[in-house]
Amino acid sequence: AVSVSVVFLPGSVPADLPRRLPYGDVREERVPVSCKSPAVCTARPPRGAWEALRAVPYGDTFLPRLSRVAPGSSVCWQSCLCSQPSLLPLPQGVNVYVGKHRSALVRAGQGLAILHARLQQLLQVVSLTASSIAAALSDRVPDGQLGPDAWRHLKSSLGYEITFSLLNPDPKSHDVDWDIEGAVNHYVQPVLDKLSLVANFSVDSQILYYAVLGVTPRFDKESSSFILSAHSLPHVINPVEARLGSSAASLYPVLNFLLYVPERSHSPLYIQDKDGAPVATNAFHSPRWGGIMIYNVEVPASPQTSLPLHVDVDMLRVMEVFLAQLRLLFGISREELPPEFLVESPGNEGLADWELDRLLWAHALENIATVSTTLTSLAQLLDQISNIVIKDDVASEVYRAVAAAQDAVAELAEGHLHSAFQASKEAVTSSERAFFDPSLLHLLYFPDDQKFAIYIPLFLPMAVPILLSLAKMLREARQNKKEPTKMD
Amino acid sequence: MPCVSNVLFAQCTRCSWGSGPARCPDACNLLGKGPVPCKACGEPRLIEDQAEQFFKSGHTNNWAVLVCTSRFWFNYRHVANTLSVYRSVKRLGIPDSHIVLMLADDMACNPRNPKPATVFSHKNMELNVYGDDVEVDYRSYEVTVENFLRVLTGRIPPSTPRSKRLLSDDRSNILIYMTGHGGNGFLKFQDSEEITNVELADAFEQMWQKRRYNELLFIIDTCQGASMYERFYSPNIIALASSQVGEDSLSHQPDLGIGVHLMDRYTFYMLEFLEEVHPASQTNMNDLFQVCPKSLCVSTPGHRTDLFQRDPQNVLITDFFGSVRKVEITTETISLDRNLAGFESELPKDVLATEPLKYADQLPVAQIIHQKPKPKDWHPPGGFILGLWALIIMVFFKTYGIKHMKHIF
Repeated sequence: AVSVSVVFLPGSVPADLPRRLPYGDVREERVPVSCKSPAVCTARPPRGAWEALRAVPYGDTFLPRLSRVAPGSSVCWQSCLCSQPSLLPLPQGVNVYVGKHRSALVRAGQGLAILHARLQQLLQVVSLTASSIAAALSDRVPDGQLGPDAWRHLKSSLGYEITFSLLNPDPKSHDVDWDIEGAVNHYVQPVLDKLSLVANFSVDSQILYYAVLGVTPRFDKESSSFILSAHSLPHVINPVEARLGSSAASLYPVLNFLLYVPERSHSPLYIQDKDGAPVATNAFHSPRWGGIMIYNVEVPASPQTSLPLHVDVDMLRVMEVFLAQLRLLFGISREELPPEFLVESPGNEGLADWELDRLLWAHALENIATVSTTLTSLAQLLDQISNIVIKDDVASEVYRAVAAAQDAVAELAEGHLHSAFQASKEAVTSSERAFFDPSLLHLLYFPDDQKFAIYIPLFLPMAVPILLSLAKMLREARQNKKEPTKMD
Repeated sequence: MPCVSNVLFAQCTRCSWGSGPARCPDACNLLGKGPVPCKACGEPRLIEDQAEQFFKSGHTNNWAVLVCTSRFWFNYRHVANTLSVYRSVKRLGIPDSHIVLMLADDMACNPRNPKPATVFSHKNMELNVYGDDVEVDYRSYEVTVENFLRVLTGRIPPSTPRSKRLLSDDRSNILIYMTGHGGNGFLKFQDSEEITNVELADAFEQMWQKRRYNELLFIIDTCQGASMYERFYSPNIIALASSQVGEDSLSHQPDLGIGVHLMDRYTFYMLEFLEEVHPASQTNMNDLFQVCPKSLCVSTPGHRTDLFQRDPQNVLITDFFGSVRKVEITTETISLDRNLAGFESELPKDVLATEPLKYADQLPVAQIIHQKPKPKDWHPPGGFILGLWALIIMVFFKTYGIKHMKHIF
């Protein structure tokens, strides 16, 4: 549940505003999932907290002047309304401007109905929708209902490894120099710091020489450049991936970002999309793997320059693309916006506060769903193999997982997003540790029929004379009872 | 009009220009949307979802688990089988980090190998499937039923290195290939243990419960191989076997120089089929089902698709044997401010550990190896053994009588 407070600018209170809010309804959406785990999404529309602000100078600093919400408390949205267009710096045609710190400017001068509609649209954009919930629970939703991008986002994990690689297939012609450390500190680290709530990140980088793409690009006479068409892109990655050296030390998912400087004989190299138009960013990405960008080196004016050419990579341009790809891989990027919306660019931080909230929310939901299926299947395993031995630490992990999952659900209902996410992370760690404990291998527990099959051939032949003798004994004893033995 | 690209060209469905399995970007780009005319024939392109066929399979990465279960020199052909599938899978794009290769014995460096460091698959082809860059993850005695099941279910001790793990997720297509000696319902490992079809089916169910695969292709080349897939009950599995229950899978041909049979028939013809496949090809599963008919294979290969949701006609070979990634063009960028120097992070930086580093306590090896063995406490026999011996003694004395004891003592 998210509480939203609406703040009116002075002079913009519509005339027909009643003293009490006419609507305090709770909007519920039931997402159809498999019968095992229904999900309910609740979003409370604005209620209470109608205050008037003193006139604040507008401009880009307008929105940050609104009180920022401290992290860790319940998520709270603020939106400002204005009926007089002159007061707001919004360009024509834009009715809602979404800022990066959980606040938005809404223009709604025509009355409460329009206001209500715009606020609903705003909530639709910034919070979870049915499709994003279905994406988070993607392995429990029947396949027909998922959109194509439901499985493109990275799964929630405790940590991620990011590897930046520079591929130089032609070191004789290009002496490429990239200041990756500086770029990481300057551009990447702020984004990762902001995302540090979500997971642990580790960054490394490498330079690979004589690494070629798997596809030979075509020469296009019209633009006198080399072209890689969209359908040959899937075959580019594989030959390179073998040389990248996936990290052997950690078990976290790896994201690879490659910067390819084409050979002198294949410069300049452009990527063409399906319609034949060159791609502006000259980059493409693969879901759950990473991204590749092609960096073209300008051909020098004088043909007598000595090889190798020294190339200083413009890290800003490169990092803009890589960070955009990172956003796409994590699923932070927004879906289609309604036409009258304008979203503030998140700047160097990489993502807005509300985008981070959405990510935390989706990951928390995914974690809780994972915990419930893991523990259910563990219980089923124990039913199947009745003589399995559960060690004490496995049992305590299970208890911890259940307690943490219940915590997480309770916190989510109240809107304490950060603590809910931490609880869900703990629940997932405990449940994974319990499920994947090496002692639970079903091979180690023999079914009863196997035990019979092994012991019967051993003991049956030995038991035959014993049983026959027992029978003889019984017969003698019975005979003795009938006729007492002659005593000498 | 020849295609100027060096990518194989495809057939336009309207004008039948070109031929071959893949798509030509020049003339008839079948990845069309909208009424843009085909450059070869001028007909409007189909608004087809054929491009999105890539997305129909729903997987983003590929894994392969290749197991050879038999040891000893005369089982050379099983190692050659596994290595030829390994070679095809690597050639079609799956990297070593995504392949778990388990070989129960070392044939290339076996002292009986007259051509050391090689494993051949066909005496005439002289194809050395061992090559230069084979990465074996489980070798020799590490190939056990327990390790195999641990790899599949993920219940691995934490000290296992990354190359020995199957780190698949819910969007992985996994190829599992097993070969060796088998019987009705079991497969022999290392000449000392076996895995039954029930255990295998349970392992796959554990994988499905934890969503460790999106789709699974199980291929087995042993005698009576079809019995191994009879018990599967988890969804999204296709299974192929080289012979039915009651039939033996036969080997292909011996090499008189090396002295053993080099490959099994089913895998030999499968390798021939896979050599024709390249990463962009459109061959589907139905073609794989036709590999090695009874005339060539002598046994009847079988397959099982009832657990699989898609039609095998639509399943590409490269969905399992290769690793064709889904890619999307990056169309948006974010804008960064170059001059925002020294961004102050809001979160406190971790305090570096300030205590000096020192050696951890070492294991007192010298003390341990020179220790005398502790005398184990003696416990009287209990339970079943005690009862059995009591029964035997009672019967003995009842039969022979106590008075005969004096003859013994």
